[in-house]
Amino acid sequence: MGKYIVRRLLQMIPVILGATFLIYAMVFALPGDPTAGKCGERPCPPAYVAKFREEHNLNDPLLVQYGKYLGKLAQGDLGTSFYGIPVKEELAKRYVTTGKLALMAVAWETLIGIFAGVLAGIRKGKFIDNLVLVSTLLVISIPVFVIGATLQMFLGVRMGLFPVTVSSQATFYELLLPSFVLASASVAYIARLTRANMVENLRADYVRTAIAKGLTRRRAVGLHTLRNSLIPVVTYIGVDIGALLGGAIVTERIFNIQGVGGFLFRSIGARDGVAVVGTVTALVVVYLFANLLVDLLYGVLDPRISHD
Amino acid sequence: MTTTESSSVAATRGEARRQATADSVYKPKDGLLLEVDDLFVEFHTDDGVAKAINGVSFDLYQGETLAILGESGSGKSVTAQAVMGILDMPPARITGGQVRYCGQDLLTMPDEQRRKTRGPEISMVFQDALSSLNPVFPVGWQIAEMFRQHRGMNKSDAFERAIKLMQRVQIPAAKERVKAYPHQFSGGMRQRIMIAMAIALDPAVLIADEPTTALDVTVQAQIMGLLQELQEERQMGLILITHDLGVVADVADKIAVMYAGRIVERADVYDLYRQPAHPYTKGLLESIPRLDLKGQNLAAIGGLPPNLMRIPPGCAFNPRCRYAQPLCTQDRPELREVLPSREAACHFSEEVLNG
Repeated sequence: MGKYIVRRLLQMIPVILGATFLIYAMVFALPGDPTAGKCGERPCPPAYVAKFREEHNLNDPLLVQYGKYLGKLAQGDLGTSFYGIPVKEELAKRYVTTGKLALMAVAWETLIGIFAGVLAGIRKGKFIDNLVLVSTLLVISIPVFVIGATLQMFLGVRMGLFPVTVSSQATFYELLLPSFVLASASVAYIARLTRANMVENLRADYVRTAIAKGLTRRRAVGLHTLRNSLIPVVTYIGVDIGALLGGAIVTERIFNIQGVGGFLFRSIGARDGVAVVGTVTALVVVYLFANLLVDLLYGVLDPRISHD
Repeated sequence: MTTTESSSVAATRGEARRQATADSVYKPKDGLLLEVDDLFVEFHTDDGVAKAINGVSFDLYQGETLAILGESGSGKSVTAQAVMGILDMPPARITGGQVRYCGQDLLTMPDEQRRKTRGPEISMVFQDALSSLNPVFPVGWQIAEMFRQHRGMNKSDAFERAIKLMQRVQIPAAKERVKAYPHQFSGGMRQRIMIAMAIALDPAVLIADEPTTALDVTVQAQIMGLLQELQEERQMGLILITHDLGVVADVADKIAVMYAGRIVERADVYDLYRQPAHPYTKGLLESIPRLDLKGQNLAAIGGLPPNLMRIPPGCAFNPRCRYAQPLCTQDRPELREVLPSREAACHFSEEVLNG
């Protein structure tokens, strides 16, 4: 187990290097001038442009720029964005909001997704099963910006049940609706995944054994079948946490949430190379750790999988 | 495990059985545990109705081993599952008959009452122990679950009992392995765990559905030996379902041969092996490879078992039978006494017996 974790951590190094270099190269190759629009209606004075380019190493060749960036990165410095804000500080602030949003989205997924999936699975072919299948299909096929804007319009603006935008405090109540919107597609996937696994496992021999042991149906289904059916579901949720922690560009924009996704989006628009690379590096690291966690969790959930 | 330990475990178990019988609302009359009476089971599928069991009757007494013999699709497993109450309904449907345990009809019993018979009264061992044990729970936990569900025992007491049972079925280092998972055991050990689970609550009836089919030959003999030993120790009624004539010979007292959902012959094991009274049984016995007939072609029963959606009229075996006469395609032979305490469902049993 310990050896496995060390090996996985070591494997992260080339992945992080590769990912940061790719992003760095792509930002480098982007057309456009980062100083454009920095000085109001007129072009910036040449002296300012020269100073700006010097400060951000923009005159160096790609590999030198990247090398200098890596040097700082190794010291835990994500650099200063073109707007003069340290990327690390900005991310730290925004990760609180993104983390809250992701956590609440996962709560929706787990509660509604698994509940609906189990219900549909044990009543296969019945009304509730068809209801779940049709409604999840609907949710999966509608893009998230449509779901988000529609719910915001009806539940927020018209009925006034939920706040329409999220303040910088990002309270629990404010995030209820956005996190639901963010979770909607995953709720549908999880419901379907749970249902499929329940249906399959209910036919399994060990469930027949559980019945033959004289266990109550509640125990045979709710413990023996569900425990096995949740293995792939938990894996999916784990991977999804990694994705959610990467920020939600669309949902954050609809509800004006000050999260990581919005920051990344704005930085790309502003050709803010340092901020983009810094953010993506953080996202890659978070995603890698989420994946490692999922793999470790898999070993805990399914004793047949060994990490030795 | 030493012999003294083993016998002391056996003694406490025997006591537990007496205790269980004393507490149980089910009291066998004259040793009669189970009566299956004219049972009919159908499977309703999109392709039609498969008549899996067509009027099966048998009795089981305390301390008796009944072997139900038949090829795949003869209805032997369905019979066991109907007795156990674990048929998937739908598609299965019990269309007639009774299954009486100590005089009470299990089929009309309320579900909750029926559930409580599974484990303490009637118990079952399945063919493939790997898929029949839950992969994500430790084996000891799965055995202990019997005590927790039916006896309301706490976790540590139930685990103690699980360890004792694992010792009883001769699993080495039971104490250390109680927390191990099914995939960490060999096939034979897994089947021992299945058996330990099935006998945990000292059932009066144990049904073993092809308990050795998935195992090596040497392990098969050990498992059969264990089953026989446990059956004698606890005076259980044992129903042994198999397609393997060799497995039956040493263990069974009585044999019921099934074909197309009916019992076609019923006899004591020695009588049946010495002198079969049904052409199908005779065919089965002749198809056993024999060392003294080395080099000759193996006698096989020609043809295939009938499709259960279209069972031939008359005797279901008639298309494959070398004794078949026109009568056999019209008139279905009922099970009748062809010799004292021997029954066969064949118009020409006397001919079969004599040659």
